[in-house]
Amino acid sequence: MLKTLSLLAMAVLSTAAFAQQKSAADGIAEYRAMLADGNPAELFEARGEDLWKKKRGPKNASLEQCDLGKGPGVVKGAFVELPRWFADTSKVQDLESRLLTCMETLQGLDAKAIAATPFGKGEQVGMEGLTAWISAESKGMRFNLPQSHTQEKVTYELGKRTFFYRAGPYDFSCASCHAQAGKRIRLQDLPELTKNPGDGVGFAAWPAYRVSSGEMWSMQRRLNDCYRQQRFPYPGYASDVTVALGVYMGVNAKGAQSVAPALKR
Amino acid sequence: MSDPMRIRAQSAGDKATVRVLMSHEMETGLRKDGAGKIIPAWFIQEVAAQLNGKTVMTAQWGPAVSKNPFLQFSVKGAKAGDKIAITWTDNKGDKRTDEATVS
Repeated sequence: MLKTLSLLAMAVLSTAAFAQQKSAADGIAEYRAMLADGNPAELFEARGEDLWKKKRGPKNASLEQCDLGKGPGVVKGAFVELPRWFADTSKVQDLESRLLTCMETLQGLDAKAIAATPFGKGEQVGMEGLTAWISAESKGMRFNLPQSHTQEKVTYELGKRTFFYRAGPYDFSCASCHAQAGKRIRLQDLPELTKNPGDGVGFAAWPAYRVSSGEMWSMQRRLNDCYRQQRFPYPGYASDVTVALGVYMGVNAKGAQSVAPALKR
Repeated sequence: MSDPMRIRAQSAGDKATVRVLMSHEMETGLRKDGAGKIIPAWFIQEVAAQLNGKTVMTAQWGPAVSKNPFLQFSVKGAKAGDKIAITWTDNKGDKRTDEATVS
């Protein structure tokens, strides 16, 4: 009993000391906690759920029969196991590329045209909602990407090579920013993506609503922006290289709790 | 048409805390589009809250409020089962009302 009490006292003392030396990162965490109560991602979730159930396209079908890896129509828990290998397309696919497949096969929409649409326009607006809702259905679950299929292992290796590939006018790679612990750009903490960076950090924090721009970003858009910051040519939407990076980050994040759709500055 | 609001109202003691998320572009009228033309102002001008049909709060908003705004306030005397209705009106005259039950 006495031991517990002294432990408690220590805990109280350390919190007090912590409060005194509040760092910038704590300030940001506090700001996020305040905002998290009213995360506008909820508005996108509602839109996505409606769109999932809505009959659309030349075939006038909904996405409710879409197989996200756990069988047709199973949404719960699907997000934390993506990207994975799909037998029908003989490809490793992430959430966005799988949705494109479903939109094409079930609804008869043109997947290529959707992939070529700029973010935040036309059909891409619907994708924001869909990814927000599907990821929300797995909120709080832990990442557990399958690695049993040969193609999944190959894609992981491809992702790893892409991650460490240095190029462009700045001689940059993903690893330049995301392969060390405790680094940040201005006040933004950089997650270390070569291992599990922790619950709700890095891969486990996307899709997310960005307060500064008022936009809902999926992993595809986040990667697109990483490429922009590296001064690389833009990767194709739902292209193999972006899926490979997803596999690399997702497998490394095994066991991390998903907080998606998250809230970002 | 505009998307529905998300309204949560939780009673605690003699008051209820109401949290509202609205879906709105909230254009200030100061931004320019890709072609350099000004994007016309489009924002919520008035927000009103009603408790069981009786107005308990009105607010005048302007272009400084963020996109997809979040509003939180407390209502004295609201009990579980009471109806909270929120209405916004924007500068184009568009209106939206959504209702929630206090839990």
